[in-house]
Amino acid sequence: MDVHVAAHQHEAPTGFVRKYIFSMDHKVIGIQYLMLAMVAVTVGMILSVLMRLRLAWPLEKWPMLAHIFPEGFAGGPMTPEFYLAMLTMHGTIMVFFVLTTAPLSGFGNYFLPIQVGARDMAFPFMNMMSFWVTFVAFVVMLMALFATGGAPIAGWTAYTPLSAVGAIGGPGMGAGQTLWVISIAIFCAGSLLTALNFLTTVLNLRARGMSLMRMPLTSWAWFTTAILALLAFPVLLAGGVLLLLDRVGGSSFFIPAGLVISDKHLTNSGGSPLLWQHLFWFFGHPEVYIAILPGMGVTSHILSTFSRKPVFAYKAMVGAIFAIGFISYVVWGHHMFMSGMSPYTAMAFSITTMAVGVPSAIKTFNWLATLWKGQIRFTCAMLFSLGFVSLFVSGGVTGMLLAQPAVDIFLHDTYFVVAHFHIIMGVAAIFGIFAGMYYWYPKMFGRLMHEGWGKVHFWFSLVGVYCIFMPMHFLGLAGHPRRYAQLTEFKYLLHLQPLHLFISIAAFITITAQVIFFFNFFWSLKKGKPAGDNPWESTSLEWSIPSPPPFDNFGPIEPIVHHGPYEYSVPGAAKDYIMQTDPPEARP
Amino acid sequence: MADRANAITMVADDWSGGVHPYAISHKKLGMWLFILSDSLTFSALLVGYSYVRVAARVWPTPFHFLPSVVTATLMTLVLLSSSLTMVMAVGAAKQGDRKKTTRYLLLTILFGLAFVVLHLNEWMGLIREGMRLSSNPWGSPLFGATFFSLTGLHMTHVISGVIYLGFVASNFSRGRSKPDDVEVSGLYWHFVDLVWMFIFPLVYLLSVKG
Repeated sequence: MDVHVAAHQHEAPTGFVRKYIFSMDHKVIGIQYLMLAMVAVTVGMILSVLMRLRLAWPLEKWPMLAHIFPEGFAGGPMTPEFYLAMLTMHGTIMVFFVLTTAPLSGFGNYFLPIQVGARDMAFPFMNMMSFWVTFVAFVVMLMALFATGGAPIAGWTAYTPLSAVGAIGGPGMGAGQTLWVISIAIFCAGSLLTALNFLTTVLNLRARGMSLMRMPLTSWAWFTTAILALLAFPVLLAGGVLLLLDRVGGSSFFIPAGLVISDKHLTNSGGSPLLWQHLFWFFGHPEVYIAILPGMGVTSHILSTFSRKPVFAYKAMVGAIFAIGFISYVVWGHHMFMSGMSPYTAMAFSITTMAVGVPSAIKTFNWLATLWKGQIRFTCAMLFSLGFVSLFVSGGVTGMLLAQPAVDIFLHDTYFVVAHFHIIMGVAAIFGIFAGMYYWYPKMFGRLMHEGWGKVHFWFSLVGVYCIFMPMHFLGLAGHPRRYAQLTEFKYLLHLQPLHLFISIAAFITITAQVIFFFNFFWSLKKGKPAGDNPWESTSLEWSIPSPPPFDNFGPIEPIVHHGPYEYSVPGAAKDYIMQTDPPEARP
Repeated sequence: MADRANAITMVADDWSGGVHPYAISHKKLGMWLFILSDSLTFSALLVGYSYVRVAARVWPTPFHFLPSVVTATLMTLVLLSSSLTMVMAVGAAKQGDRKKTTRYLLLTILFGLAFVVLHLNEWMGLIREGMRLSSNPWGSPLFGATFFSLTGLHMTHVISGVIYLGFVASNFSRGRSKPDDVEVSGLYWHFVDLVWMFIFPLVYLLSVKG
């Protein structure tokens, strides 16, 4: 073991460009990712507002919007194609550029090295590249919005053969869909670099005394998520390359024989649309956990901090994170029960899917046990973490329903599925991001966010998202298909129209309430209360250094770790928390 | 601070922090992880290939022993030789013999280029016979599509490898990089070689006229 952790490799840059734009500092890159996610989430929310307008008032013509999008409102209400384009871009931008970038690349970049006691990532230059690669991917994705013919309409899953046949598939399926595929391929490359960097950092750069079992659960979550990203994105990349070849090279990997589109008989033959679904979901299911696992880590960390209690069953928590990560690779078939799958295969996928419930339940009960008899401090970060637990349970149990092939035959492609994945993968993950933001904001910017406005933001968000997504279960049970823009033509759905109106109004209020967050974020940069080093009396390494941390994180001191990550309320100790870097005597 | 650190007896095992648990550098660990990830890209393509092949009612097997199998065998030999010279280069680098290392690296690059030339020549021949991404004279259009995408991705890796080795050789010959860097590039090169050992039987030998 003669290889010791190398000292900091590069000096602090001085010029503006090297310091803030092409920076190799993991902290700056983390904030860049968070900013990218904030821009992306704004775009994604605007797209969802347009969709909700169409669903709540199906026949309204919106002259002002028609002025901005003349083709999307050609002479009347929003065209179904325009609706599908909004839907595709909403899903893609949210999943890739918000739910993947913010919790993993954003917070992970900033806090993973500090939490394990490193001065930077293992590969700072590659870290910078991964951000700018992701940025280019986002720009290309935005270009798809403005491409000739408009944005693609194949959904965030880009199901073939629709996404493979080219411009004949409809508006946006020409240049728009091609740009979509290129953007996703670029994104895969960026995520791969990030994952490599995270794993090497955790394995090689932990400070003295930071054994694996002393890592905070946030670090464990980022580590596991990086493994998932490392092994999932290359498969999507392969699928993306094949899809691109189908689109521009004339191959027919995903196009079956005898396909007739718009009265035109295609000459392709031999391909299989199912192959795309397999490749996509082999990536797509782990991707769901890439979005949610960092939220679980943040929640575990915050619940323990603000209950002033050690996290309940730390080892079981670590095991559960790993179990969820592992199982996520053997469940992809549950997205394809209705795509033509042998009942025996479906049964196997059903069982593995239900098995995810075991580690998930372990985590949930451990969270509750962490809270049990704790001295709970209801800060904004704590509230959002509690909200995360609530949403995780609400969204998780419907997952168990959908795991049954027989039930899924009815519920597949209905609003029930929309409700399920929005609650668990979308909103729960977003609550994890908010929790992390309120918790780490003082460390990142040296000032606290306003707690009062934060609480207003929390209550609007929690009640709001339940008002939006709970009724969607009823829509789904009533047989309401997802992705349909034109509902007035289905008699059996007409009586559900008031529910759509309710959902839309709830969505508008909830989205408006997010302005509070953005205002709080920027207002607190200048006017927030100064934070000090450790405003939450927390234990992990990032709270032992100044806020914001200096360029090399720990200054001249080499951090040495003597304690586990959750030493709260240790009997006989001087304070009710022992920091990981406190001397061994701190624990009586 | 240092005194206190020394005074404290800590459990000094490989995983307690402050050490590299596998006793390898960041670069080498990163390369292993990249190889892990890249092997999934190739696996996805190979699984896709098997999928469409099994699903096809008739899969063409048009390759003749001469020239296809002979050429592919020659290419395999060239690539295997390049791995051998790569091993020599790594060995020489560890002994600190700069000249020998550079020579073996250049030899590896030469074998890599020979592979690419042979491969492109084979591609040209098949294209002349009418094989395209979109169609081929023998049956399922996916025969050409899977062939070109699999061998094409592999060839891209060989070409990137040749460029990569070029940088390593140039740096090492001028004393600007460590023996470890040569070894890391060797890992990549052997991996590309290994992938070919899957492509050769699955794509070539299984497509020979029965």
